[in-house]
Amino acid sequence: MSSATSAPGVVELERPADSDQEEHDRPWIVVVWNDPINLMSYVTLVFQKLFGYSLAKATELMLQVHHDGKAIVSSGTREKAEHDVARLHAHGLWATLRQD
Amino acid sequence: MTEPPAPIERTAGGDFRVHLGPEERDLLRRLTTELEELLAAEPEDPSLRRLRPRAYDDEQVEREYRSLMGSELESLRLENLRALEETAGRDRLDAGELDRWLAALNDLRLVLGTRLDVGEDEFADGFDPNAPHAYELAVYAFLTWLQEAAIEAVSSNFRSQG
Repeated sequence: MSSATSAPGVVELERPADSDQEEHDRPWIVVVWNDPINLMSYVTLVFQKLFGYSLAKATELMLQVHHDGKAIVSSGTREKAEHDVARLHAHGLWATLRQD
Repeated sequence: MTEPPAPIERTAGGDFRVHLGPEERDLLRRLTTELEELLAAEPEDPSLRRLRPRAYDDEQVEREYRSLMGSELESLRLENLRALEETAGRDRLDAGELDRWLAALNDLRLVLGTRLDVGEDEFADGFDPNAPHAYELAVYAFLTWLQEAAIEAVSSNFRSQG
């Protein structure tokens, strides 16, 4: 593993004491992206099945993916978000995660 | 006029009835075998890329995700394909078996759709039998029709559970 070296003369700014904690606390979000192959009805069904969403909520998220190109479908700890992404991948959906 | 029965229907008992002809069942077996063989022989084939979407933008973190989850996702995929292959001749499926059909049919569509570079409303202008790749497009349309029926059948189950 390599570590970043700072250039001579560059003053390292001190990070506020609580910044690590804040970074740790920011939730991870799961984004599903639009694609031309997955059927709208299939995407809705997968949202219901994986997240227990109602038909109305799952349909709303599916339409957001369809019209806006993407939607945030779940969030939480990194472990939970990664688990959700893996389950979405197992169902053939195009999902990514990132820290909010 | 009576509608032909949907290819997959939920029964009162909660399992599912499959109405398909022998040629359609043969086609399902052939397509699943072909995809299993492609996954084994050419795992990096470009038509398979939609089966393994990225989880992270960052290369390094993505590699870690792949090394952690990749083989689990691949074995699940093979189990689903084998389940479809083995139950393609059946007239009755339980809910778990139909779930595997759904996943396998979707994988078949993802690979064929990627190869054909299909768009969102592929058949909006109808089906042209003289188009290049007309046979593959017809297979894609068949898989889509069957998957829609499977979704409808499973969703009716969901609705009845509230």
